[in-house]
Amino acid sequence: MAELKLRARACTRLCVSVPSDTAVLSKTQVNEDFQEELVIRPLHSGDIYASFQFRTVWETDFMKGNKVSHYRLFPKSLGQVISKFSVRELHISFTQGYWRTMQWGQPFIPSPPGAELWVWFQDSVTDVDATWKELTNVLSGIFCASLNFIDSTNTLQPSASFKPLGIGNETDHRFLRYATLPREIVCTENLTPWKKLLPCGSKAGLAVLLKSEKLFHSSFHSQSVHIRPVCQDRQCKSSSWELRQALNVVFDLHTSGQSKREWSLFKMFSRTLTEACPLASSSKIYIDVTDNPQEEQFELSPATPLLSQAVVLGDRRTFSVYDLTQQVTFGTVRSLNLMIRWKSSEGDMLRPLLHAERYVTGYGLQTGEIHTLMYNNHPFRSFPVLLLDSVPWYLRLYIHTLKVISKGKDNNPSYIHYQPSKDRERPHLLEMLLQLPPHSVTEVTVQFERALLKWTEYTPDPNHGFYVGSSVISSLVPSTVAMETNITMEQPLFSSFFPCKEESSYFARVYTEPLLVNLPTPDFSMPYNVICLTCTVVAVGYGSLYNLLTRSFQVEEPNPGLAKRIANVIRRMRGVPPL
Amino acid sequence: MGLLSDPNRRQALINLLTRLNAPICGMPVDWLVKTMQARGLEVFTQSFSRTLPFPDENTERYVVKGTNVYGILRAPRAPRTEALVLSAPCTPGDNNNQAVGLLLGLAHYFRNQVYWAKDIIFLVNEHDLIGMQAWLEGYHHTNVTGMDWSPLQGRGGSIQAALSLELSSDVVTSLDIVLEGLNGQLPNLDLANLFYAFCQKIGVLCTIQGKLQRSDWDSASGYNHAVQTMMLMVMKQASGRPWGDHGLFLRYHIEAATVKGVNSFRHYKTDATTIGRLLEGMYRKLNNLLERLHQSYFFYLLPSLSHFVSIGYYMPAFGLLAVILLLRALDLWVQLSAQPSRTEDGVAGTEQSNPGVLSVLTPLVISHLTGAALYMLPVRFQEVAVEHFPVSETEAVVLTAIAVYTAGLALPHNTHRYPDMGWRVLKLVALLYLAVLLGCTAVINFSLGFILALTLVPAAAYVTPHVPKALSAFFLVALSPACTLLFSVFFFQELQEMPVSFQDGWLLYLSVIAQGMLDHYLYGSLVFPLVALLVYPCWLLFWNILFWK
Repeated sequence: MAELKLRARACTRLCVSVPSDTAVLSKTQVNEDFQEELVIRPLHSGDIYASFQFRTVWETDFMKGNKVSHYRLFPKSLGQVISKFSVRELHISFTQGYWRTMQWGQPFIPSPPGAELWVWFQDSVTDVDATWKELTNVLSGIFCASLNFIDSTNTLQPSASFKPLGIGNETDHRFLRYATLPREIVCTENLTPWKKLLPCGSKAGLAVLLKSEKLFHSSFHSQSVHIRPVCQDRQCKSSSWELRQALNVVFDLHTSGQSKREWSLFKMFSRTLTEACPLASSSKIYIDVTDNPQEEQFELSPATPLLSQAVVLGDRRTFSVYDLTQQVTFGTVRSLNLMIRWKSSEGDMLRPLLHAERYVTGYGLQTGEIHTLMYNNHPFRSFPVLLLDSVPWYLRLYIHTLKVISKGKDNNPSYIHYQPSKDRERPHLLEMLLQLPPHSVTEVTVQFERALLKWTEYTPDPNHGFYVGSSVISSLVPSTVAMETNITMEQPLFSSFFPCKEESSYFARVYTEPLLVNLPTPDFSMPYNVICLTCTVVAVGYGSLYNLLTRSFQVEEPNPGLAKRIANVIRRMRGVPPL
Repeated sequence: MGLLSDPNRRQALINLLTRLNAPICGMPVDWLVKTMQARGLEVFTQSFSRTLPFPDENTERYVVKGTNVYGILRAPRAPRTEALVLSAPCTPGDNNNQAVGLLLGLAHYFRNQVYWAKDIIFLVNEHDLIGMQAWLEGYHHTNVTGMDWSPLQGRGGSIQAALSLELSSDVVTSLDIVLEGLNGQLPNLDLANLFYAFCQKIGVLCTIQGKLQRSDWDSASGYNHAVQTMMLMVMKQASGRPWGDHGLFLRYHIEAATVKGVNSFRHYKTDATTIGRLLEGMYRKLNNLLERLHQSYFFYLLPSLSHFVSIGYYMPAFGLLAVILLLRALDLWVQLSAQPSRTEDGVAGTEQSNPGVLSVLTPLVISHLTGAALYMLPVRFQEVAVEHFPVSETEAVVLTAIAVYTAGLALPHNTHRYPDMGWRVLKLVALLYLAVLLGCTAVINFSLGFILALTLVPAAAYVTPHVPKALSAFFLVALSPACTLLFSVFFFQELQEMPVSFQDGWLLYLSVIAQGMLDHYLYGSLVFPLVALLVYPCWLLFWNILFWK
């Protein structure tokens, strides 16, 4: 268990920082550094995936009440939040849409539909819950989101699923808070404050592409902010703070309404690039050309001689690189409009090594069952997954009905952490460590009963249903790189004897879809209101009248003195009538 | 609404429809999968198999094997929590090709739009209701009827509404909406209103129960027409069968209706484009729903598409019928409690005059055992019957049912210990039993409860051991559930303006019994067990009272 955690962490650090290959900071006079990059991956389905990442690293110390007052690239609003609330790590994401693993493969930074926030506090925080409450309200203001709806009924303290991604070895989950808001709708008002955190705003560099009318005309939109302490150099003698802003968007081939299967920066973002952000030390565009070595799938223009290889999510990918800091990239027209012309037709669905789905079964408004399916499509290797399930209190889980079945047999979890819910106070938390057998489907089922809410607890739209947040599946998935047993491929002999490699597995996190569950709902229409009102009136009227009629009024005797009471006790013991 | 205003797109749809005129049904699964994939849907299939308890002679089915094909249009930026369903049954033969073609055309058009907020599932189900049952059970992972199906791979969250499309011919002159579902459940009235509003807007003739709406409400003939339409709905609802593929959705609290293209009013033609526009409009409206349809009525009867009778109007009629039973029961109770005072003097008298509730246990148990036999025997003994008599399985089942039913009348199941008081206690119990039974039935399925009340209440109120035996026996048999069904068959045919001769009517009656049983075993309809296990035994109690010695 402990080993798994360690490996998971180590691996996460490895994988997340790819493909930004400049992990070591440049030792310049200014101890602040900003990098921007855009990765474009033409997807198997004909759609296009664009992933922006902006990274600011600042060699400073927010810890232990250190007052930081001079800000340059790092946004002041976030810096103040970190120092005021003694935050060690903060991860927040806003997502509109569901990442379709079956069609698109793995995203670079996964996130569940709606809003997700998880925070590690420093161990100097005494009242974590109060700090968390305050922090969510502040973040709600900063990001114009309904994060203030995070309260104890949807906050979790996962024991194993969310480990710190930055440096520091404190893993006591008392200092961790995790919450999701599956209902949160993400739109322009969340994008604007997010863009304001960038050093160049949306004035220059890659951020000029972030026009909301195009970004929200897509199949998937996700934006996130990750703050964590990272090492300054390889020796890791001192730490600095990293702010990573990511924006992922998938453009749909069909709804783009074009007859030609052709993508360009202008078509996607209605802008072309003319310059890098002047404050950025590196500004690059990567195009994933792994499946396209001889341009048989798509044609890329303008061509670039720069190629870069990186192992991303367990797979060795090749990227064409456009360096925006070089004037040569923009050519003679002084603007860069990358174009991708598809040649082949759409492919079938993918079979990603790990994917998951979740649904509610049964009918009626009394009980139901939650099914979580986890697919391991690896032909011969099993791998461990950590399943985190959080269910609101109004679905009362029958935990004795919990069943884990793979390949028709019971699959005993090697670790279970279950925290039952408390009505109106906290949700159910279920964490399990499972081993997924190769080439199998593992089904986790648990039955639940739908609670009858108090009439003030219903949302304004009770017939819409109530949301249950996504399950989180964290896993060490075997790498595709390590899967290559094809020894006829041309490679040095010394590298091909042992099949296992250093990076034999990678860390992946998969979110299932959120659920929409109907609860027994009263008919909140006019007759219902009339009935409620009349009942109240009758109850109040009848109650008071009945009370008056049946109460017997008596004249209360004045309280006897202490001496008299003692005397009476003695008299009672003697059998003499009291005074 | 720009559907098919583009001439290229219209041409494509027409090509598709002509192509579909070649007999493709019998489910070209691979072709459907490929076509849907080419339209940019996520396509999945589900195979299912079902052996019927006895052969269905109407549709010639016994061992059913099939495959459902469905494609999911993923709404952009939606988290897979809500879905809408558009389904078209694809039966062997080329009955519903037009509907499948239209469904594919709509899928193609819908896929290119950006405004979807809910996933849309395009389902082509084989073997109409059986396929639909398999798909719904697979989607909700329940197994009500013991069917074999392969689990579904793709889902779209909770289904908010569904429409089933049936176009029986190339020429469609009007559209008919079918609402009656399993066990008499109805979708929310807003779904019918939505359909009506769009038909009005687009200018399509729309009907309900195959009857056009008339504008002359005040005239006698107009009133008559509306009553006929409503009676058809009552009869259909009382049967408890799903009258279209939508009927099975209602169990899962999904508002659903079947839209049928009918070719009857010759001079008025509607082309596929118009139906496409209608469906597009309805789906865009449903797509915009923030909540499930719940604002309007779930309990209603429709004399026409634009008028409805709400539960508040029709329930009192039933209530008055049920009150008769309660008053009768009250009367008997008063009589029973008054009797002991008259025979107070003798010890034997008091003992005799206190039959107690236990004394009616024997007839109750015997009649319920008969009911249980009626429920169990026909299907269990079909093999034995087929061996010994020259009949087919289906005939064997139906005839066994009728035989058990008739044999129940001959059973001696009264007790003679309290000749005078006994029947009163029995009748009191039977009256209360019937009142509770009818009350519960009417709440779940008003039409069934009302029809049963209409026939059983007079018999129940009237019968005593002292009425003329032969005449009363005839009267009682004529009002028994089986005869009610027989009359209903004739009445239904009459209402549909397709009167049948007695011979045909009898055959129809036999097939209706078989259908009723199959509905129970295949889809979980409750009418057959309700009649066999509760209504028939209750009626036997009154039969028993008539022959009390």
